[in-house]
Amino acid sequence: MESKAKIKQGSIDIIRMSLKNNIRQYTMFIALIGIMIIFSLLSDVFFTPRNLSMLFLQTAHIAILACGVVLVIVAGHIDLSIGAVVGLTGAITAILQAKLGLGVFPAVLLTIGFGALIGLWQGYWVAYREVPAFIVTLAGMMIFNGLLLGVSNGETIATSSFFNKIGQDYIPTLFVENNPKDMLPHDTTIIIMGLVIIGYLFLEIRKRKERKKYDFDILPMNLFVLKVGLVIVLIASIFIILSLYLGIPYSILLLMGIGGLYTYLTNKTTFGRHVYAIGGNKEAAKLSGIDIKKRTLWIFISSGILGAIGGMVYTARVGSAAASAGQGMELDVIAAAIIGGTSTLGGEGTIVGAIIGALVMSTLNNGMLLLDVGVTQRLIVKGLVLLLAVWVDISSRKKSS
Amino acid sequence: MSEYILEMKNIIKEFPGVRALDDVNFKVKKGEIHALVGENGAGKSTLMKVLSGVYPNGTYEGKIIINEEEKEFSNIKDSERAGIGIIYQELTLVKQMNICENIFLGSEFSKYGVIDWNRAMSETKKVLKEVGLNDSPDTKIVHLGIGKQQLVEIAKAISKKVNILILDEPTAALNENDSENLLDIIRSLKDQGITCIYISHKLKEVKEIADTITILRDGQTIETFENNKDATMDRIITDMVGREMTQLFPREEHIPGDIVLEVNNFSVYNPELPDKRVIDNVSFKARKGEILGIAGLMGSGRTELMMSLFGAYGINKSGEVTIDNEKVKIKSPEDAIKKGFCYLSEDRKKSGLVLMMDIKENTTLASLRKISSIRGINENEEIKVTNNYVDVLKIKTPSIEQKVRNLSGGNQQKVVISKWLMAEPKILVLDEPTRGIDVGAKYEIYNIMNQLVDKGVSIIMISSELPEVLGMSDRILVMNEGKFTAELDFKDADQEKVMYYATGGQIIEATN
Repeated sequence: MESKAKIKQGSIDIIRMSLKNNIRQYTMFIALIGIMIIFSLLSDVFFTPRNLSMLFLQTAHIAILACGVVLVIVAGHIDLSIGAVVGLTGAITAILQAKLGLGVFPAVLLTIGFGALIGLWQGYWVAYREVPAFIVTLAGMMIFNGLLLGVSNGETIATSSFFNKIGQDYIPTLFVENNPKDMLPHDTTIIIMGLVIIGYLFLEIRKRKERKKYDFDILPMNLFVLKVGLVIVLIASIFIILSLYLGIPYSILLLMGIGGLYTYLTNKTTFGRHVYAIGGNKEAAKLSGIDIKKRTLWIFISSGILGAIGGMVYTARVGSAAASAGQGMELDVIAAAIIGGTSTLGGEGTIVGAIIGALVMSTLNNGMLLLDVGVTQRLIVKGLVLLLAVWVDISSRKKSS
Repeated sequence: MSEYILEMKNIIKEFPGVRALDDVNFKVKKGEIHALVGENGAGKSTLMKVLSGVYPNGTYEGKIIINEEEKEFSNIKDSERAGIGIIYQELTLVKQMNICENIFLGSEFSKYGVIDWNRAMSETKKVLKEVGLNDSPDTKIVHLGIGKQQLVEIAKAISKKVNILILDEPTAALNENDSENLLDIIRSLKDQGITCIYISHKLKEVKEIADTITILRDGQTIETFENNKDATMDRIITDMVGREMTQLFPREEHIPGDIVLEVNNFSVYNPELPDKRVIDNVSFKARKGEILGIAGLMGSGRTELMMSLFGAYGINKSGEVTIDNEKVKIKSPEDAIKKGFCYLSEDRKKSGLVLMMDIKENTTLASLRKISSIRGINENEEIKVTNNYVDVLKIKTPSIEQKVRNLSGGNQQKVVISKWLMAEPKILVLDEPTRGIDVGAKYEIYNIMNQLVDKGVSIIMISSELPEVLGMSDRILVMNEGKFTAELDFKDADQEKVMYYATGGQIIEATN
């Protein structure tokens, strides 16, 4: 009896501890669910597979770009050039294909290389010439906007339908053609869902085994099952919603890959750990033997590469590269990261949080659009949400310290 | 009419856990230069902050009497109105503004918010003349040398019509010429009837300039006496350090091994003041399995020496550094750590810990390579290593996932120590290893030091607490103004001797 009570007590402690440590992510996630419920009640169209699928599609490029800016902000910098990079790389990829006749794959690779070059340029000025990132990227914004005008001559360049698949299309079905009307799920999506769930189970079970091997405390079996179960339900609901429409969009598949890679990068690698240390306490990081300059350079290279990928996804979704593309997008991206719990002071922030932040922003946008709320009100609401999110964060932090 | 312009009676000031001022009595005669002398942490600066209203009335006990009138200051403005001016060790000028703007910052001549610059300029010229500064009032502060900046500070104080001018270590950053010049200015201020309270570690200057000397030690007034023939160096030093050695130290007999670090003719310049040689042609050796204590007063260059060797400070470095008989060129902390030279910084919150990270992340920060593979950081290894240090160093925490900002000072210090232990140093520099932590934790840290020495690590300990230096070191190097003035075996060393050399003993001997 007694030991059972003890285990129960232990379980509650574990849940409490984990809630306390991840409170910011959970609050944002709960806020997202809350917003979704409100819109579902107010609009019949909101909670349909079609609308949610569109919503994900609209979020993809912002969420991809937010992954890159999380690293930048965590390290204590800022990147104001994201929008300009999106516009410029979009134009470059369009020109490479439409005017120089390159195939999609070489064009994509060259564009990513160009993004890396932009990151190298900005990172060099921030890291080795010690110009504040605010200035370097503000200058970058102007320079890249200028280059964009130069290479595009102010024209809008259409991209091929094959390229546009990246931003608009869904992965094909394997066996049965599905039609959104008869609620038949998209078979490939269900297969991928199965693979993701199996992969997740494999990782969790391996982690548990390894902890056992080290003789560490492990979650009691009931809690372990509960946790794994909850995550699987979450994964499954996203995939099932997508499968009931036309399946997974390519851009969401890409986002999942990038999100996974960056989560690994921030949590599991020396590079990620160093980025957090630099943002948390630069002096302590330096005295711990961290090469701050090299790390900073790589942070900006990563931001440049993701800028190029985001630029291509966006161009493909719109179907053309325009001289005005990407303008002001950096603000949406930074807002997504910050709503998702990235600290403007550096040292704190997560990839998952930023993706949730991007979803919060586009859900608000999408929901209000369905309710026929004008652009004036939409902008005001988005601004207030950003303000509110940061205020909640600051006041909760004061309380904890 | 009393001959005293200022009397501070029975001043008690407490901070959480410490009594910084314990019944201090301090009387200053009108028109004199009164030197306030004491070790680091004796309470000089705290006393002056009480006087100038930085610590407002009500946060301390005791009375302040100025010209026979009891005063209660609730902020600096109040004390300024009563004629008290203070010049801090760290200059507080706005570098981008010019002399005139700085002098009248916060007390501009203005009507309806519009500043009367003509009047300000002419007033500035007057006060500049009084401090013997010939520069134009619209010279920007950035274009002035540190000595002249100090004079601008004094001019700023004079412009406020001060009767009592407090100077906290005014010559600490100055070279010899500028120092002499400053002392002359202080004498001329005295001739104009301004009373000066002069705080300095440089006993030579104190002897040269003061009329009266008051000694503080551990927050208490030891004595006040006139600066005459009886005021010998010995008397001052004995007063400064003459406490009973009551604290116990776990002294162990160490058998020093081979030389592991050898430094020859090492010089370093201050990156902010490129003419200032912070470390002046220093040579020393450290051996395996010994504790080398480095004593000295604040600003003597101890931290700068170790930080430069560690690759984290200084410009125009010259000299030769050898680790394990191999000449090394250390350009960054990364290089130093690779060579087995680790440095625990004096301010753990500012430069030792990442406060928002947890214990395990801080522990492994300098040695992530050791627990990483192609699959990334092995978190299980990380937990195992950290648990081990938590056990060995007796870090008190509910979990190794506790953020370090929630730990006590002693436990925070142990986390920094575990970070450096994980880096497996050959030479471990501990800069003020027990600052701001309780007695129990101090004793534990001393034990850890002994254990490391037994394992063959060479420990270099910088400390401002003399009993600690005397109680723990095998050998003591005393530093003064960027040079070593003495090397003492612990058996021959006592507080007076160390303080004698720390205040520049050799120079005094030479002039006698």
